[in-house]
Amino acid sequence: MRRELARAATMASLAPSGLAIANGEATFGFQTPQTIIAHQIYDLHAIILGICIAIAVVVFGFMFYAIVRHRRAVGHQAKQFHSNTPVEILWTVIPCLIVAGMAYPATHTVIAMKDTSSPDMTIKVTGYQWKWRYEYLGEDVSFFSDLSTPRDQIENQARKGENYLLEVDHPLVVPVGKKVRILVTANDVIHSWWVPAFGVKQDAIPGFVRDSWFKVDTPGVYRGQCAELCGKEHGFMPIVVEALPEDQYKAWLTERQGKNKAASAVASAAAGKAYSLEELKTQGEKVYGANCVACHQAGGQGVPGAFPALAHGAITTGAIASHVDIVLNGSKKNPAMSAWKAQLSDLDIAAVITYERNAFGNAMGDMVQPSAIAAARK
Amino acid sequence: MTMPLTLGGSAERPAELLGLRRWLTATNHKDIGTLYLCFSLTLFIVGGLMALTIRAELFQPGLQIVRPEFFNQLTTMHGLIMVFGSVMPAFVGFANWQIPLMIGAPDMAFPRLNNFSFWLLPPAAILLVASFFAPGGAAGTGWTIYPPLSVQMGPGMDMAIFAIHLLGVSSIVGSINIVTTILNMRAPGMTLMKMPLFVWTWLVTAYLIIAVMPVLAGAVTMLLTDRHFDTHFFNAAGGGDPVLFQHIFWFFGHPEVYILILPAFGIISEIIPTFARKPLFGYRSMVFATCAIGLVSALVWGHHMFTVGMPVAGQLFFMYATLLVAIPTGVKVFNWTATMWEGSLTFEAPMLFATGFLFVFVVGGLTGVILALTPVDIQLQDTYYVVGHFHYTMVAGSLFALFAGTYYWLPKWTGHMYDETLGRWHFWLSMIFFNLTFFPMHFLGLAGMPRRIPDYPMQFANFNMISTIGAFGFGITQLLLVYIVVKCVRGGKAASAQVWDGAKGLEWTVSSPAPHHTFETPPAIT
Repeated sequence: MRRELARAATMASLAPSGLAIANGEATFGFQTPQTIIAHQIYDLHAIILGICIAIAVVVFGFMFYAIVRHRRAVGHQAKQFHSNTPVEILWTVIPCLIVAGMAYPATHTVIAMKDTSSPDMTIKVTGYQWKWRYEYLGEDVSFFSDLSTPRDQIENQARKGENYLLEVDHPLVVPVGKKVRILVTANDVIHSWWVPAFGVKQDAIPGFVRDSWFKVDTPGVYRGQCAELCGKEHGFMPIVVEALPEDQYKAWLTERQGKNKAASAVASAAAGKAYSLEELKTQGEKVYGANCVACHQAGGQGVPGAFPALAHGAITTGAIASHVDIVLNGSKKNPAMSAWKAQLSDLDIAAVITYERNAFGNAMGDMVQPSAIAAARK
Repeated sequence: MTMPLTLGGSAERPAELLGLRRWLTATNHKDIGTLYLCFSLTLFIVGGLMALTIRAELFQPGLQIVRPEFFNQLTTMHGLIMVFGSVMPAFVGFANWQIPLMIGAPDMAFPRLNNFSFWLLPPAAILLVASFFAPGGAAGTGWTIYPPLSVQMGPGMDMAIFAIHLLGVSSIVGSINIVTTILNMRAPGMTLMKMPLFVWTWLVTAYLIIAVMPVLAGAVTMLLTDRHFDTHFFNAAGGGDPVLFQHIFWFFGHPEVYILILPAFGIISEIIPTFARKPLFGYRSMVFATCAIGLVSALVWGHHMFTVGMPVAGQLFFMYATLLVAIPTGVKVFNWTATMWEGSLTFEAPMLFATGFLFVFVVGGLTGVILALTPVDIQLQDTYYVVGHFHYTMVAGSLFALFAGTYYWLPKWTGHMYDETLGRWHFWLSMIFFNLTFFPMHFLGLAGMPRRIPDYPMQFANFNMISTIGAFGFGITQLLLVYIVVKCVRGGKAASAQVWDGAKGLEWTVSSPAPHHTFETPPAIT
């Protein structure tokens, strides 16, 4: 309880800066850097921008002068020179020197960004269509992180919240001041894990693991978005990182590990339990709203040609076994229908299947128990 | 549309054909040039409507107008249509009209191949547009069509692949035609170092096209076989690698952007000396810079991939090479400025657009230098900063150069002066709305807005709203261009052969409109 209050206090103290950006206020530069790499990038950009502005001012200065003073309208006669080798050499060599000058500090930062050695902890980050999964290696903590902005805000039925499209159900939690190495991969298509305040962007490539690292300076909540087009919900799979002081992080970790044990206990208990139709439908509606509605739509009508309708659908009104199969294992024909077996529990899968078979005008009257799903996984 | 019958038709063809047959069986470089330009303008409008739909959705946060999957299709098709259906054909249209005239040749080396090059384009365009109506819609992958996402797409992807093949063949055989023409058909006395710079830029561009279009063809074919014939080039589960596609694609893709800008450089290099009434400053170094850009452009493709996880050596090599390619481009800008310096400048519409090009292209080029620095690029990759950068170079760059060239040569092509007042309106409105649309995108990228999203967090709202207003202004302004062009074709003040008092070059020695057949005997070169 005390730990949670402490966490809440840390978060509350950071709220004002969050509000400043959330009011649609224009910002002109990078977000405030929160890691040493982000600081280096910020500074590098400031220098090169200054140089570019100086070059532009000089070039535009000459152009403007010529436009104003070297016009026929003011009687200026054209001089017929058309070469000057010393000048040409000068304006080739000077840019070469500028460019070399910029390449030097940039090289240092490139090497530093790649140095993932001696991390304090490692987290495996997996991009899914369309959410992230975080696994704390060696800690037995693993969870999905999904957009939590309500659908009706997106559809302009409700006022948009402060962190519209930048909020998730389970943020990534890390300790401040510790080197966190991330191993980034993907489950289906290429995604990209990006937190601007950290200066970290790493493409998530299915079948390959690439790494990056960050060490957060200050406690806070940092938000980013997927940075590689990955399908229709590419704009709807944000990243939220909560950086906590080390003791609070440890407390969170312990709590999480405890939750995991409790959840698996519940799952094993649920495995044997027989749920009623009403219980399954209620739970199923929640699961549907969090996972299926983006493609199959609120009324189960789908999108013709893209996402099949569940209302009076062949599968949702057909044999239970094929319905279970497609939700568990995905669709070979339409890879956009993912395999939910890794993402949802037996109870949730059983519930959502039951819901689909009894909603949208479907009235199958049948249901699926979690134990049947557990059996189907084998 | 009929052009007046001209004297001097060759003995084998009695009179010039009229009507549809003239255009379907055209082998005359001027007719084929006209076909390319009309095709380009049409697809410019199609691609532009897609852009306006995109910007309309992005006017405010939330999903208002289109569904996310359709939004992705629009982004993809806007890119493919503008790059392959509008800008490239426009430059080929200019090449067809101007290269034989500028080198004193009677036509292109392979007139019938020329016809084939053009007529591949309309079926390709139909395929692209029709792909919206395929099950699942058009490809929704971005113009870069990365797998595995592109392997997930429906038949619209296959239609796009087929269209890309057609477009590629058209470009390759067109470029073979251009290279052969330039190397073999210059009038006696016109050495390579006496050629107009526009011809030089097209020579290098044509070689680039021949080198890299087949690579694109390879990439999309491998994609096709991964999609349908059970290959695994880009699928790790089968021993392949999605990043392999990116390497192959960008090996084509980066030279492609120079293919899109080098002819623009050529046009600007023709226009500025005319309106400064001074020769182009540093012709020799301009030629060297053009060749250097062509060569180095093949070495920098990795800068589109700085976030994939390349080893340090790779990141550094591509950073250094990218910074290097900025140098010859900078040299060209300095040379154009030096051409204006101490000139006797007037600012008719071609010069307005050429000067405007200089201002805005420099902005685009400088943001390119910023992006060249790998650590900075890692923050800006896949954000609106990149979208701003390439629209500055491709719209303010290529497009404004095309506008400049259109005003410059329309009197020669049609025999009529265009309406100068309307031309000035077109320029100023385009400049203002262009900058309103695309400058805020740099701020959006720096602030953290990703690309290719139909909806965005609240802090990006203001700049998106400004950008959309600019986009609609810019789009509507282009209707003015259509009006100006059509009006000029149909009539206007008669143009002399010289047209512009400062203009030099063989095209200004023939009457306006240029006779249907010119330089049937080679001119004497002084």
